[in-house]
Amino acid sequence: MSRLMIIAEHDGKQVSPNTAKCVTCASQMTDSIDVVVFSNGAKTVSTQAAALTGVSRVISVNASEFDHPLAAVLAPQVVALAGDYSHVLAPSSSFGKDLLPRVAALMGVTQISDLMSVEGDHRYTRPIYAGNVVLTVEANRDEPLIATVRVASFQAAGNDGSASIAQADPQPISGSHTRFVSLERGNSERPDLQSAARVISGGRGVGSAENFSIIYSLADRMNAAVGASRAAVDAGFVPNDMQVGQTGKIIAPDLYVAIGISGAIQHLTGIKDAGTIVAINKDPDAPIFEVADIGLVADLFTALPELEELV
Amino acid sequence: MKILVCLKQVIDYQVRVQVNPDATGVVTDGVKMSINPFDEIALEEALRLREAGKATEVVAVSIGNASVKTQLRTGLAMGADRALHILSETAIDPLTAARVLLKIVEHEAPGLVIMGKQAIDDDCNQTGQMLAALWDRPQATFASELLVDGQTARVTREVDAGLETIEVDLPAVVTTDLRLNTPRFVKLPDIMKAKRKPLDESPIDSYGIEAANAAQALNYAQPPERKKGVMVDSISELVEAMKQRGVL
Ligand SMILES: Cc1cc2nc3c(=O)[nH]c(=O)nc-3n(C[C@H](O)[C@H](O)[C@H](O)COP(=O)(O)OP(=O)(O)OC[C@H]3O[C@@H](n4cnc5c(N)ncnc54)[C@H](O)[C@@H]3O)c2cc1C
Ligand SMILES: Nc1ncnc2c1ncn2[C@@H]1O[C@H](COP(=O)(O)O)[C@@H](O)[C@H]1O
Repeated sequence: MSRLMIIAEHDGKQVSPNTAKCVTCASQMTDSIDVVVFSNGAKTVSTQAAALTGVSRVISVNASEFDHPLAAVLAPQVVALAGDYSHVLAPSSSFGKDLLPRVAALMGVTQISDLMSVEGDHRYTRPIYAGNVVLTVEANRDEPLIATVRVASFQAAGNDGSASIAQADPQPISGSHTRFVSLERGNSERPDLQSAARVISGGRGVGSAENFSIIYSLADRMNAAVGASRAAVDAGFVPNDMQVGQTGKIIAPDLYVAIGISGAIQHLTGIKDAGTIVAINKDPDAPIFEVADIGLVADLFTALPELEELV
Repeated sequence: MKILVCLKQVIDYQVRVQVNPDATGVVTDGVKMSINPFDEIALEEALRLREAGKATEVVAVSIGNASVKTQLRTGLAMGADRALHILSETAIDPLTAARVLLKIVEHEAPGLVIMGKQAIDDDCNQTGQMLAALWDRPQATFASELLVDGQTARVTREVDAGLETIEVDLPAVVTTDLRLNTPRFVKLPDIMKAKRKPLDESPIDSYGIEAANAAQALNYAQPPERKKGVMVDSISELVEAMKQRGVL
């Protein structure tokens, strides 16, 4: 019988929407879904996980060492639990990407990264070559399936579940060779880039960190999250957690507005699943216009204030 | 301290990758190949550590067919001291790569292994973490800053929430993010000099490792393209078009 385990992502207070999206993916594989929460006594996270529609059971494992998710510390803990399961999933976020391959290697099993659809029993698709190619794979049935889930491909599960919450004792803690020092958070006051319905992104064309205020201003007006191209991050206009694309965040908002972004393939892979893409760029030949649902050739410095007036 | 750097050969990031006619892979004939961009950053970081006196030797390793020697030569021209080519006619999965790399690490005993966070062909983002697991050593993935201080390293990592800093005991595996550094350009005289640097080849079979049971690739497909939309001439038309699509 198949039994599936999801490793919950959370910040100690809230379960991440990424976990809710993993649950949706998991529901397409089996109806026996357990969520494991490793934390330093984060009760609300377990309660929230138990409410996710489709979850059978939440297992809460607590230790002060789980205050920050370090792969070296968590991987042996996951392995200790994984023996009971046929499937182990985690989101393809920086959390899951860091942790799950370490788990897979300890188990001697390969991993499927960025699972984007379930095509049948042990048959899945995943993007490769920056999303330019979709690969269909069939996983080996004799081994547990270990996969990270491309969260932009799945809607979040609902909140009308009532799973039981069980406590489990941690294994002896290992991994003291790796120590958390600090976390510098990006701007958390704005809507979350990965779950916002609307995202406004700026690129190199915005020109400077100061100029980015016109992007923020429009975003505030539209209640949108703010993203950026790699060039804008590299130039120091905005922090790294705002980068959208192959090596940044993969997002699927209803509306994506690209301002002063040329539309390099590595950027486009991050926005492929957006409902509507709007682009404003002064170069009529910018590749972004090849994918934009609505395009406007204009100088962003005159266009944006005007747009802000009208939305 | 010795630093081991992994260089994977990949299709150059600027190539528009095409699926082959029978959907069993992608077109590679006549296509430009390069060092995986993240691996170039890994090598640059190792070279800077050597130049700063924190490392004594930089060894580049690549697993692949005969053509990956081109990337290893480029790595030597950039400044690696010597190179190891593990000859494998077939492409291998991350777990198998990690098992091979473990053998190399056990033999070379580096203080640091620096690799890319992901290969831009398979986009797996696994091998570094897997090597660290098998080696039972720390991993510091997605590094945007690496400070080596004696027996420890302080690494700033690009995580979804922002920037996380961790401290790891050496030896450790570090995987690179794009902002760690900007790799240097190779100069012509260095290409000549690189021809005389040691490049050792050994067949993958000689490592006696078990190939992992990787998922079987069934089909390669080009994703559906987004349809080209409309171009508008003014902000008011833009707003109108957005309203029509129901996004305003
Ligand atoms: C391995 C790898 C991974 C990568 N990952 C990512 C990734 O995750 N995300 C990402 O974004 N990139 C990524 N890149 C980089 C990518 O290739 C591009 O370099 C980058 O996306 C370009 O950013 P940009 O569009 O802001 O800048 P540019 O390409 O320089 O474009 C700036 C645009 O602004 C326009 N412009 C300038 N001034 C104005 C104005 N006043 N008004 C209107 N328009 C104006 C210009 O016409 C131009 O089109 C990656 C690259 C590599 C090699
Ligand atoms: N065949 C290989 N040869 C050398 N290095 C490799 C190979 N495969 C993977 N790597 C290293 O592992 C990193 C991550 O690869 P991947 O897990 O496939 O995304 C790459 O950036 C390389 O540094």
